[in-house]
Amino acid sequence: MQRTKRRELNKKGYFSRLKRDLVRNKGLYLLSLPTFVFVIIFMYVPMVGILLAFKNYNSVLGIFGSPWIGFDNFKAFFEYYYFKEVLLNTVKVSLFSLLFGFPLPIVLALLLNSIKGRFKKVFQIVSYIPNFLSTVVVVAMLLAFLNPTSGIVNTIIKAFGGEAKDFITDPDWFIPVFVISGVWQSIGWSTVIYTSALSGVDTQLYDAAKIDGASKFQTMIHIDFPTILPTVIVSLILAVGGIMSVAFEKVYLLQNELNTSASEVISTYVYKMGLINFDYGFGTAVGLFNSVINFVLCLLVNFVAKKVSGYSIW
Amino acid sequence: MVKKKRGVKRSAKDIVFDVAVYTVLIVLFVLLAYPLVYVVSASVTTASDVLTGKMWLYPTSFTLSAYGKIFAYKEIWVGFANSVFYVVVGTAVSLFFTFTAAYPLSRKDFMLRGFIMKVYTVTLFFGGGIVPYFLLVKGLGMYNSRLSLIIPSAVSVWNIILVRTYFLTNIPDDLLDAARVDGCGNVRFFLQFALPLSAPIIAVMIMYYAVAKWNGYFDALIFLNDSSKYPLQLTLRTLLVNSQMELMTGGGIGGSNLIDQLNAMEAMKYGVIVIASIPMIVLCTATQKYFQKGIMVGSLKG
Repeated sequence: MQRTKRRELNKKGYFSRLKRDLVRNKGLYLLSLPTFVFVIIFMYVPMVGILLAFKNYNSVLGIFGSPWIGFDNFKAFFEYYYFKEVLLNTVKVSLFSLLFGFPLPIVLALLLNSIKGRFKKVFQIVSYIPNFLSTVVVVAMLLAFLNPTSGIVNTIIKAFGGEAKDFITDPDWFIPVFVISGVWQSIGWSTVIYTSALSGVDTQLYDAAKIDGASKFQTMIHIDFPTILPTVIVSLILAVGGIMSVAFEKVYLLQNELNTSASEVISTYVYKMGLINFDYGFGTAVGLFNSVINFVLCLLVNFVAKKVSGYSIW
Repeated sequence: MVKKKRGVKRSAKDIVFDVAVYTVLIVLFVLLAYPLVYVVSASVTTASDVLTGKMWLYPTSFTLSAYGKIFAYKEIWVGFANSVFYVVVGTAVSLFFTFTAAYPLSRKDFMLRGFIMKVYTVTLFFGGGIVPYFLLVKGLGMYNSRLSLIIPSAVSVWNIILVRTYFLTNIPDDLLDAARVDGCGNVRFFLQFALPLSAPIIAVMIMYYAVAKWNGYFDALIFLNDSSKYPLQLTLRTLLVNSQMELMTGGGIGGSNLIDQLNAMEAMKYGVIVIASIPMIVLCTATQKYFQKGIMVGSLKG
């Protein structure tokens, strides 16, 4: 009986069904409304602002009144003397962060899963703490630890007969400092998602493995790792998709006049050109360039992951 | 978890494995914990012991002068109070938007579910960039207003998806059917049944939003002009980072103002770091037991 009812409903138009649903689920529409309006205003309206990228913005004429200039803003960016450097820095910072920041939490989660007791608990809690420190605090700590005269790192280097280094102002050290401190910040917290996935392993599998005489290491490789693989792949897709969106906050804080050759990335450049120099059109164009690459990367990784492993995010 | 029966002999391979695992974890533990211990120790040690490297692990002398100085430093407390305001009000606003949006999306009989999900998901992968965002907020009259730190960043689509998945997997359909028979409407069901069953995800959301609000400085950097409205992080950026940078790059050596500020900060910077971090560490510890249950849900179905 229900089936005939549904068929009848399908026959009626979309709008009459919507009307019915609106009456029946009135409350759900009411609940959805505030956030829906919010998303349109704060996330979709700025997309209209992308028009700026193709305009010579004039605040008197406004977004719609300003004259069109086609791809001039993009051309200006591609012809910018440091274009390659900025692009390369962006890719390098992200790629190295991903290279170290992605696999390490997986290994850590597997190791933690193979032990139990008090040490595990303490380890987890301590390892979460850096994730809850602000970027400003982490950078302040880095500046203190890496200070060429009084920093503890240089004190230790000198104690072992080495020479003090200017980690903060040397462009060659920008990426190592950024990446290592990034791993310190996130390694513990990033294990949470894998640890949760591991807690779902069927204990019968462990029992079976034991009867078959599997060692702990074999259990880890053949039971634990396959269990978290779907989670790993989804995380990887998301991480690669974000490769071009370098965390502005930390890069900007670690940046100084002496290391810009390594630390100028697209997001800091957009901020300076768009919001400090008020070159709105140019800033929007560079930002758009960044978003498009991100979007394409995301599609690409998702496609590859689907082909290779069968897992994907959509 | 591996269930070990007492008395069962462990193979030699497993013993080697255990030793290796513990060795790696202990080394890692030292590396992770050392910076934290150093900061706390340094905050109660005299500045000279810290600067000369005499103190490297535990306090070699004891003084609370750093905390005394911080207590008297008005800018820090203005920033602290502002941040508390932004976190409390901002998190409340965010929770309202997130939970009201997530519940309908978890209802299979809600006709616009698919459409709204699509509209939201697009924003995860594409956006207008910061310049149009800035102009919009400015156009809405929020420039240099406290609202600029509360409203524009109120909604995280990721969090909506996470909460939706929680509702989807934790609110049984039978409960809804039963409530409906009793004449319970959708809004009432959401408030009276769905929310009370969602403690873990509420805790996780409070933590996510509060930490983001407390720790971020970007919105304040682009939207606020007036230092009396600055959140703590922006104040700390000036005090702890900018002045140090200038010194290291040799930019402002001549300014006596900078030297004074640096000297003052040198004695209290570790204390400032501790004070700025305590609220979120407390929050994280308080909500810790909900992490696994709350965070797990959205992870696979993202």
